[in-house]
Parts: sequence; structure tokens; C-alpha cells
Amino acid sequence: MQMPQPDARVLSRKAQIVARLHDAIPGDAVISDEMETRAYECDALTAYKCPPLAVVLPSTTEEVSAVLKVCHEMGVPVVPRGSGTSLAGGALPTADCVLLGVARMNDVLETDYDNRFIRVQTGRTNLSVTGAVEADGFFYAPDPSSQLACAIAGNIAMNSGGAHCLKYGVTTNNLMGVTMVQMDGTVMEIGGKHLDAGGYDLLGLICGSEGQLGVVTEATLRILPKPEGARPVLMGFDANEVAGACVADIIKAGVLPVAIEFMDRPCIEATEAFAKAGYPMCEALLIVEVEGSPAEIDEQLALILEIARKHNPVELREAKDADEAGRIWLGRKSAFGAMGQINDYMCLDGTIPVSELPYVLRRIGEMSKEYGLDVANVFHAGDGNMHPLILFDANKEGDLELCEAFGADILRLCVEVGGCLTGEHGVGIEKRDLMVDQFAPEDLEAQMAVKDVFDPSWLLNPAKVFPLAVSESRRSMALAAE
Amino acid sequence: MIILGALPPSRFARFPRHFLEKKKIMRPETEADLADMIASASGPICVRGGGTRGVHLDGAVLETGGLSGITLYEPGSLTLVARAGTPLAEIEAALDAEGQRLAFEPMDHRGLLGTSGAPTIGGVVSANVSGPRRVSVGACRDFMLGVRYVDGTGTLVKNGGRVMKNVTGYDLVKLMSGSWGTLGVLTEVSLKVLPKPETAACVLIDGLSDVDAVQAMAKALGSPFEVSGAAHIPVGLNGQPVTMLRIEGFAGSVAYRADQIAGLFGGMSVRVERDPEAVAKGWAWVRDVDTFQSTEGDVWRVSCTPSDAAGLGAKMKAAAHLYDWGGGLIWARVPEGTDLRARLGAFDGHATLVRGAGQAKFQPEPAPVAALSRGLRARFDPKGILNTGLMG
Repeated sequence: MQMPQPDARVLSRKAQIVARLHDAIPGDAVISDEMETRAYECDALTAYKCPPLAVVLPSTTEEVSAVLKVCHEMGVPVVPRGSGTSLAGGALPTADCVLLGVARMNDVLETDYDNRFIRVQTGRTNLSVTGAVEADGFFYAPDPSSQLACAIAGNIAMNSGGAHCLKYGVTTNNLMGVTMVQMDGTVMEIGGKHLDAGGYDLLGLICGSEGQLGVVTEATLRILPKPEGARPVLMGFDANEVAGACVADIIKAGVLPVAIEFMDRPCIEATEAFAKAGYPMCEALLIVEVEGSPAEIDEQLALILEIARKHNPVELREAKDADEAGRIWLGRKSAFGAMGQINDYMCLDGTIPVSELPYVLRRIGEMSKEYGLDVANVFHAGDGNMHPLILFDANKEGDLELCEAFGADILRLCVEVGGCLTGEHGVGIEKRDLMVDQFAPEDLEAQMAVKDVFDPSWLLNPAKVFPLAVSESRRSMALAAE
Repeated sequence: MIILGALPPSRFARFPRHFLEKKKIMRPETEADLADMIASASGPICVRGGGTRGVHLDGAVLETGGLSGITLYEPGSLTLVARAGTPLAEIEAALDAEGQRLAFEPMDHRGLLGTSGAPTIGGVVSANVSGPRRVSVGACRDFMLGVRYVDGTGTLVKNGGRVMKNVTGYDLVKLMSGSWGTLGVLTEVSLKVLPKPETAACVLIDGLSDVDAVQAMAKALGSPFEVSGAAHIPVGLNGQPVTMLRIEGFAGSVAYRADQIAGLFGGMSVRVERDPEAVAKGWAWVRDVDTFQSTEGDVWRVSCTPSDAAGLGAKMKAAAHLYDWGGGLIWARVPEGTDLRARLGAFDGHATLVRGAGQAKFQPEPAPVAALSRGLRARFDPKGILNTGLMG
């Protein structure tokens, strides 16, 4: 993955830029020492690293505005960062950028149960949003697996999902309003404590724009009353096709589980060795979870089990208590850890129409043999959001490149069957160059026109999302204007 | 009670608008036709689906009815793709046959606006039309998975797709939803659909004041019993106030939750309607604001913070008003020409003039937001020809 050449005119003015930043915000919020900026050289896509020119850690919207004004005036690119958990390189710095971290902005500003929202500063972590309201019986629905660490700012940038979005939707469906700072320092409110912001759906546009349209400093998030309870069942099948058909039948029957998780044999084997959850050794395993009162759960599970039995499962396991429920989830929740034990891995998140599941899994298996790299599949089956984990050895020369090529082929396959490159991780730099496989030039032009409107100088996170060759004329025009 | 939505669309389809009006009509049959028409247009174009949503603008009429038909429907994937001009009735019939539905419950504007014609899916999406269930499941835009559209230069663009989770590039799907045809003309939309519940019930509380009703709705919506509709009608069919709380799902669950919700309001006059047909009828009545049909005056739709609703309702001094979305949506009927925005002053939310003329249909935006909206429009429709005069 290439990054653009750093702008020499920015690099040569480092001292002046840092001085201006110091004037704009309190001293300890600016980091320019080369040893210290190294802490921000990458996000969770650790294969790529580059320390930024400087790091700023503002504490308020006003400070964010002050920083952006300086950078705008001096023509310095800005890379916004939440908690740095992006798997796509969304927060990867360039050598000529100011990295703007929102980690210090983690206050809860307002909780309102009558109107069912919470307003937070966006550096707050996903899980701690729920943490702020759960004692009162509420929760924040989007639950990306990095939720312990990931920030709301990053969730908004990537429109993060999670295991439970079949029922509750993703970030964009749970975001009511934002305070956003534009690259020139303009502060604006979009949406608020009411449903449906008026005018064009700018909120929908900002959510998932990967920090390229503005820096969101505060967010009003929809919170929901916690269901009375939840309970999973586990089913094992002797073929991926059968598990796929079972998922479709459950959905067609009118049940809407909160989660339907799918694991294939390589994934089951790896997690068993690691977590010893007592999973059956079979080709495909489903975990289906439903919510409600005990009687409601019984009613839904009875229907689900009846459907599952028609598909001759090799195993059907109901959770009788919280302990058993925990054990059903244990393997799934440790799947990524288990993979990490075996090897380095790359996790993709292409999404496919659920009906294409058996074909796509078969093709991935064939490609795995061609590339000579093992792959395990675990994913959110209800919404077709795959998570193939490709195993490779980072210390072996050429293995990363081989793995990336394999990953790109899987993602092209997802697009080919009517799906998309990324369901919840975002494009970042990781899938940037594959955008031309999903979009025609006109489609990308329409998206870049939006960035032109929000950030005419193309200074915000400029080297992400769009293939460098596609965005080059805009980025170089911005440089020439300095 | 006549429910216009129940009439077969063919009744209206026999009288295409171009027989009734002396305006130039364009009716593309393909995306390429549409692209040519827009590329070669020099004057304003008024985009029309079924013509039921009360948009009257200058310019040549462009009807989307030629771009019609469901192109993909996979019940097991909860996905439907249809050309923009497809009649809503056709889509609802196809979904119904598989026990599914559009969960956002789009309202039918014909009764309220006195319009005829067959609503199209493109019109629903363009106006982001959502009904009472919006409070629990989200708006039309929340169910939108993908769009194809022709922008103001005549360029065909696609965004999103047909899968439920998709963060590949910017979400122009949301931008196009609710943009009222001012950024491009939709040619195809893909939607997430949901199973139809087995049954429904409605908890009814009689005699509450607006203030008490808003509180009661907040209590119900804040409970774990999954209320899928919360409305308050200050003057119900019997002349008395009634508060409505809807529950949907499997039979056992609905019975249980209806009882639990009724139990939240001890000491009040509470009834439970358990006949699903009566429940459906009642909520269609709320959804389409039937009480305002065949009345005089302007109709406004105000989106607000629910706990502000009763206060705003009082400020309106309306001839009639009612609350949906737990108070988050107020429908108000006022004498023609009333400047309701001036009456309400500053509040968290916005007011839309749904029926009436002589005032801006949409709430003016704060300067920095308005600048972005103008900028987007200038880029998507540089000739300024699409639905000129609508949305600022």
C-alpha cells in the first residue's frame, strides 16, 4: 500500500507549525518530539507505520477549531484519530500531517431517559457509553468487537456495526446529532435531540465519511431500554450450504434474532484448541440469539429450533442458564484471539447477499489452496457481513504481500456476487485501491464532489478512501493553491 | 371510513397526468433515456413519481412511471430492489405475499393533500416518508441500502448496493433519501424489508392532557416492552383525548407486553385493543393524519424533542393538533397563511409546511449548514434545473 510523498514545504516548516499550534492550544496538548509522536505512528492495521509531523490532543470543540484553523491557514494535512483501533488504516498518519486525537474529549455531556438519548464528547469509548446508562436500564446498541477501546469518533467515521445490527442497525441508525468542526475551523450543529434532522441528510453523509468531511467532537446518540433478557442457541451442521439455508429459513419465518453468528470448520477447530468451549466438530456452526422475557424467548426459540431440526443438525444446544449461554458465546468471542495464537492474520469484512454464502465459502476454500494460505471464516450471517481471517507469517518475506493479494481477491469476489468491499471496518488505505472494482469513475466522482464541498482544500485525511491516482488531481490542486 | 390507500392503483393509472395538464411531459423508459433528457434540458424540470406528495413547481414534468418493476426480491435476505417508478402498492403486495413489509410504514399523503395518483417507491424515498413506526425502527432512510440515480448533468451514478452492511465509500444513499429530487432523479432503490409480525395490540389510555400523555408515552417507550408506535390525539373520535401505544410480534409476546404496558399506568383509564385489524386501522388513521382530511387550513409537521412537545403544542394555538413518535412529531392544522415558525420561535427541531403555500416548505437552515446544502446542490445539479424552488 502506497502513501503519497510528504509535502516538503510542510516538513520544512515544522518549527513554525508547531509554534502556531502551541499558540492555539495549551502546551501539553501539542506533541512534536520524534520519540513521542511515534506512539501515534499506526492504528490497528499495524503493517503500516509512519510517525506524524506533530500530534495535538485538544480537550474542547473550541480547541479543535483553533487547531484546524491553524492547519488550514498553513496548508497542513490533518489526520483525525479516535482510539486508533481502525483495522483499515483510517488513522494512519503521513509524515507531513498533524494527527488530531480526540482521546481527551471523553465526557458525558447529557443523559436524557425521557427522550432516550445521551450526548457525549466523541473521544468516549463505545462501551463506556453503555456504561454510563446501563445502571438505569438503557444501552447504546452498536457494539463493534473493539468496543472496549474504540471511540465514538471512530465509530462515526467508519459507521461501525457489530454483532447485533440485524435488529438494531449500525451507527448511522443510532446517531441523532453531531457537533462538527470543518477544516477551516467552522463549528456547526447538525441534527439534535429530535428524530430526522431537517434538510439534506448531512448526518447520514458524515457518518461513514472516514474523517474526511469534518471532525466530529460531540455526538447525540440514541439509547434504548435494555431487553428483559437474551438467550443463545448453538447449532452444528455438516455443510455450509445447510447452515446458510437454515439462516434464510429462520429469517423467512418472521423471527428477527438479535444476532446470527456463523463459524466454519477451520474457525471451530482453532477456537476449540484455544478456548475449549466444547463446540461440536462439524462443517458449520450457528449461534442464534433472541431477546425478550423468558416466555418470549421460549416462544421464539421453539420456532427457531423447529426450523433447525428440519435441516438435520448434527448438534442443537440450548442454554438453560447464564452459564451455558456464556459457554455458547465463549468460542465465538475468542475466535480472533484464537487465530492470533496460531499466526498473524488479516481480517477482512466484505459483505455478500446471504443467498451467495455457500458459493462464496466454496470459492474462498479453493483460493486458499491456490494461495497456500489458510483461512477461517467467522461472520454475522444474518446480514451477510463476512470476516475471513487469512493466516500468514509476518516474518516470512513476501507473505504479507501474498496475504494482501489473497484478501483483494476475496473482496473482488464479494463485489462480483453483488456485495461490497467493506461492511463495517471502512476503506481507509486497506481497500482504497480496490474501490475501482466496486465503483465506476462517475460513482467515485460523485463521492469526491461531496468532499470538495466539505473540505475544498482536501486537507482532511486526504490519502484515504479514494485510490491515490483517482484523487491525485484534487490533492495536488490543494498543494498548488498554497 | 374510506381509506384511499386501499383503492387499487389502476383506478388512477387510467388517467395519466399529461391528459389532465397542458404541460410538457417527459416519461423516460430507461436510465439512458432519462440521462439524455436531463443532459439536454436547459430549463427547470419538475420530477414526479405518482404526484401524490403535493409538489407543484414550474418546469417540464418528468414522470418516473416508465422506470417500473421489482428487479430483485429475496425474502431470505430481507432485500428488495425496485425501479423508482414502481407503484408502492405493487411492492407492498409482493412483500405481503411473503409475510414481509416496509417496516418504516410510509404514510399515504393522498387523503391529507387531496391528491390522486399512485404513490411510487421513488417518491417515498425522495421524501423520506416514514410513519408511526419511525420512533422504534427508524425512518425510510434507515432502510435504504442502495440507489441508482441520474444527477443534474445527466450522469448515471450508483451508491450503496443490496447488502445490509456497507461502509464502502461515502453514504450517498442517505443523502439522496429525503432530497426531494433536487440532487438527482432516482432510477432504482434497494431496501431492507422486515417480517410482518404475527399480530398486534394497542394499549389505549383515555383522557390524558398533552403534558401527561407525553410523559406516559416516554414511560412506555423507555420500557423494555418494545412499543412500536406511541401517539396522542387530543381530540379523538369520541371527542375525548386518547393515547395509543402499539405492540407487535408473536401472539404470546404481544399479549404479555400489552399487559405489562397497561400495568405501567395504574390509576389511569386504560383499555387494550387486541383485534389486530382494529389496531391496523387505528394506526393507518394516525399515519395518514385522517382527522385533517377534508378540512380547511394549512398543515404543518413539526419534528421536535419529545419532552418539548406539549409546550410547543400549546404555543401553536392550532385548530387541531396531534402527536406521534412519542411527541417527537406534531401534526398541526392552522388557518391558512399562519407563520407557525414565528409562533414557535427557536426550538430543537424543525417545522415543515406539508399543506399550504406562500411560505418556505422547509425550515431555513443555520448559515454553515445552509452553505453545505447549497454547495452540494451546486455540484449535483450545476444547471440548477432539478425541482427548482424546492428545499431552499
